[in-house]
Amino acid sequence: MKTTDFGWLVLAFPLVGMAISALGWRALPGRLPGWIGSAAILGSFVASLGMLQSLSNEPEESKQLVGTAFTYIDTAGFAADLSILVDPLSVVMCLVVSGVSFLIHLYSVAYMTSDEGFARFFAYLNFFVFSMLLLVLAANFVLLIVGWAFVGAASYLLISFWYRRATATSAGIKAFVINVIGDVGLVIGAFLLFDATGSLDYFGVFEAAPEVFGRNDPQLVAACLMILVGAFAKSAQLPLHTWLPDAMEGPTPVSALIHAATMVTAGVYLIARCFPLFELAPAAADVSAIIGTATLIFAASIAMAATDLKRVIAYSTMSQIGYMILGVSVAAYGAGLFHLVTHAFFKALLFMGAGSVIGAMSGIQSLDRMGGFRKAMPFTFVTFTAGALALAAFPLTSGFFSKDEILAYAFNRGGFYVVLALVGYVAALMTAFYTFRLVFRVFFGPPVPEARELERGHMTHGAHANPATGEEEDTGVGFPGAEHHIAEREWAMKAAMGPLAVLALIAGVLGIPGLTDTLEHFLEPTFESSRFHEEVPSEGAEYAGLAAGGAFALIGIAAAYYFILRDPTLRLKTRERFAGLHRVLINKWYVDEAYDLAIVRPAAAAGRFGRTVVESTFVQGVLVGGTVGIVRAGTALARSMQNGELRAYAALLLVGLACLVLYFLIVAT
Amino acid sequence: MSAQWFVVLSAFIFSIGAAGVLTRRSPLVILLCLELMLNAGNLALISFSRMLGNSDGQLFALMVMVVAACEVVIGLGIIVGMFRRRLPIDVDEMSELRG
Repeated sequence: MKTTDFGWLVLAFPLVGMAISALGWRALPGRLPGWIGSAAILGSFVASLGMLQSLSNEPEESKQLVGTAFTYIDTAGFAADLSILVDPLSVVMCLVVSGVSFLIHLYSVAYMTSDEGFARFFAYLNFFVFSMLLLVLAANFVLLIVGWAFVGAASYLLISFWYRRATATSAGIKAFVINVIGDVGLVIGAFLLFDATGSLDYFGVFEAAPEVFGRNDPQLVAACLMILVGAFAKSAQLPLHTWLPDAMEGPTPVSALIHAATMVTAGVYLIARCFPLFELAPAAADVSAIIGTATLIFAASIAMAATDLKRVIAYSTMSQIGYMILGVSVAAYGAGLFHLVTHAFFKALLFMGAGSVIGAMSGIQSLDRMGGFRKAMPFTFVTFTAGALALAAFPLTSGFFSKDEILAYAFNRGGFYVVLALVGYVAALMTAFYTFRLVFRVFFGPPVPEARELERGHMTHGAHANPATGEEEDTGVGFPGAEHHIAEREWAMKAAMGPLAVLALIAGVLGIPGLTDTLEHFLEPTFESSRFHEEVPSEGAEYAGLAAGGAFALIGIAAAYYFILRDPTLRLKTRERFAGLHRVLINKWYVDEAYDLAIVRPAAAAGRFGRTVVESTFVQGVLVGGTVGIVRAGTALARSMQNGELRAYAALLLVGLACLVLYFLIVAT
Repeated sequence: MSAQWFVVLSAFIFSIGAAGVLTRRSPLVILLCLELMLNAGNLALISFSRMLGNSDGQLFALMVMVVAACEVVIGLGIIVGMFRRRLPIDVDEMSELRG
């Protein structure tokens, strides 16, 4: 079997799984669609492992293989194949996507059991995994855009999964609209590249780019910026980030899969994939690095004040993706992808833990209502803390190595990148603080009634209501199911969270500076043509960075302990002291309000103007009304001639005949 | 005798018929006047045919006769129907079919 055949297999499994659940859901009883969906993704993961094995057997100089199924489009001057690219980068992405997806499918089998839309959920989930794998395996921009749009559609379907919830459907629409802005950007970027290079294949573009573009060529910079618009919309970077917190309206496994581990990292993948272009257009790469840095501190600041459990994790996702974007923009490709991998592990885990806690709270997500779950939910507590340690970059966990490697690379570039790296360290301190703020507020402190009930072995059943608005709901299709499920009582959820907790703690071995660097070496064939390939920070610098990062993490955790556990009144006092700042953070820096003022309201006003003035006055009154008037006047004349008087008709006929005769007489003479 | 006189006669009969159609109100008389107009046409056809020494006109006259016979059958049928239903025998009264 050729290496690329494994790639096609990776794509085929989730597609088949989706078809089975989507078409045969009536015939599949109980949890069967879930098991079929999980098995499909497991198959995909196994095929990815096969791809890894097969690729490592390939000779050193041909680690980038393209497999073509058939010609997709072939017209004058333009050709695109349906082809996949198997190289170390896509293999890593496939392994992460299919591996984490499999565990999340497993988790969902238990988590979504009592939902009426169980089979639909797995059909969507498999469709998402297929689209994501298509995105990472595509060998040209055409197929990339197809996958890119598919994941946006899957994300929309899954955010709006509880489609009778008004908040969920509007969040889905918001996500879709912003993603489409990104799609348009990506399409324009691809067009600009095609315009100059005459190709849409990655390799075709990358080979032609140095010949047709000078350094910082305006057209190349424009193309790269357009690609960045696509990347930023998908990866929730400033200023296209507002959809991600709202996307938490979807079921928690969706948040874990799409809005933490896989889809939102597509932008990072895209920048890494297009690195030859960004190295030719350093201006665009700098824009990307600055926006990544701005996002990482912006999101971290909001996460420190937000009170919705899932939204805090969502903002931390934004922040961590900011680190990755910074990494791939300063040519630290290995480090950026390393953080992508470890982040997929610990963020999926954190969302799974949050889902378990929300289950125990029977749907409530507000941190203010939680507390003291440590004894009631020991498994969730341990795994969630493992994820939190990794997110806070506690020494020797996975996040510790990956985050600090990015910052070390940024330092190494010198210039203003040093400022970006310093901002990154400040945000790392904030990250440790808000992460442990979550841990301490959810699991420590006096137990809330729900936790007490659970300690006695009984789960509370709250009213079925929308946690955001308090509206009452039933448990039919389109709303969450009747039962909640927690990790302590479902082996499938434990089986998903356990491995991720272990990975969150030990995945750092993939990239211990100077010792292992496994991932970086593996990715080398993809990135060895980089101009910055030799510019790596010295081991001493990396270890100094690790020490600083570890210290920041410990300080952040200590601060969280000090503010939240040791003296809870201090938290409230600080909040009052900085009431203005707190209000800004709680309101997410008023970005949504600014968009409302700058875009939504003018658009709505223009729409109202069109409806009242243009449509009803001009179109209805002048165009339609005028036409109707002319036709009506004409027909009135014709009608008046049809008066039913036989002799009048005869007279008309004869007069006409006489006229004809007269005419011919005159003509003849 | 030249064909001219036949054509003049034909025009004369046609005018009588047309005047009758326009002025009379009884459908039966209108039908008779129509027959007059048709036969005036026949006369013209035959006289031209004779003038040109060509039999086409005579053939057309035969065809017109067939058409006239059909028309009489239908027209008389309608008029008999009107009598049976005791409708007014006056075309000016029957003007319901209007736009």
